[in-house]
Amino acid sequence: VTFTREGLLHGARLALPVIPGLVAYCVAFGTAAAHKGLSSGETLAMSAIVYAGAAQMLSLELWQQVWSPGTLATLALVTATVNARMILMGASIQPWIRQAPTPFNAVNLFFLTDASWLIGARYHAEGGRDLAVLFGAGIVIWVSWVSATLPGYFAGALLPDTRLLALDLILPIFFATMLVPLWRGVRAAAPPWGVAGVVALATQALVPGYAFIVAGALSGAITGALVRERD
Amino acid sequence: VSATEGLLTGALGTFLAIAAMAAATYGCRVSGVVLMRYVRLTPAVKRGLAALPGAIVVATIVPLALRSGPAAIAGLLTGLVVMSFVRTEIVALVAGLAVAAGARAVGF
Repeated sequence: VTFTREGLLHGARLALPVIPGLVAYCVAFGTAAAHKGLSSGETLAMSAIVYAGAAQMLSLELWQQVWSPGTLATLALVTATVNARMILMGASIQPWIRQAPTPFNAVNLFFLTDASWLIGARYHAEGGRDLAVLFGAGIVIWVSWVSATLPGYFAGALLPDTRLLALDLILPIFFATMLVPLWRGVRAAAPPWGVAGVVALATQALVPGYAFIVAGALSGAITGALVRERD
Repeated sequence: VSATEGLLTGALGTFLAIAAMAAATYGCRVSGVVLMRYVRLTPAVKRGLAALPGAIVVATIVPLALRSGPAAIAGLLTGLVVMSFVRTEIVALVAGLAVAAGARAVGF
């Protein structure tokens, strides 16, 4: 198992491009949480221990003044549905992280998020094996995320329109650019990617919520498993 | 703070709600890794796992781009094209953002 200081810094550096977009997103979350009547401590706690943007944002739509076991279970279920893509992300990096000790993986996975996973997946696809890269990217993103929560909570309304600067598109564009290093040739990449895109679009049209990510990604992976390399 | 008749009010209810979300999210983060322990890494499974990162990215951004409108699509395509030529994320990202912001500024 490799875990170096250089890897930590490398991962942190790779995460820097996505920070402005995440900060803008988390400021928006802090502002929305303040409007919903959460306390600053509760808002900060949610960013720090849930640490999942789409789920945090959506939970505010379901927020209650009074909770019952039923509404709590619904909240947990919706959260798990929104975050189901993380199950696939974990599965995709398992062959890489399996040799590391379980307590270390338990901590490392807490910091796993879309951007850090993508940075790690790309690094691994290019032959890298240092687990500190994944960890470093995760830590930098978590610190930025938590730090941006309270400024959003207290001063979100004062900020300029992030849409005009396209800050809401930083993460999607970052994802799109990452397709280039993930391309492994027409035969290996085109069938799974094509199926993933078509199934995701169809699912989005038919099923509300975020099921399209999981449905598309699973169909793509199954397609990849079925297409054999040329002998 | 009280819990009467299965209703949880005030700080206790909020605490439980945040805890439930945290548990559900952490469960998603670890369960893929745990599940893969019980899956034999046959060549087909390896091919599937190798295809998974790209498939997740495509399944995420294609519906998102179409939903976000022409400026977003232009930004994503610019990022993709610039990245395939210069191979530097930050350059591709800034180019994509500039195109998207520009397209929005002129009314798309």
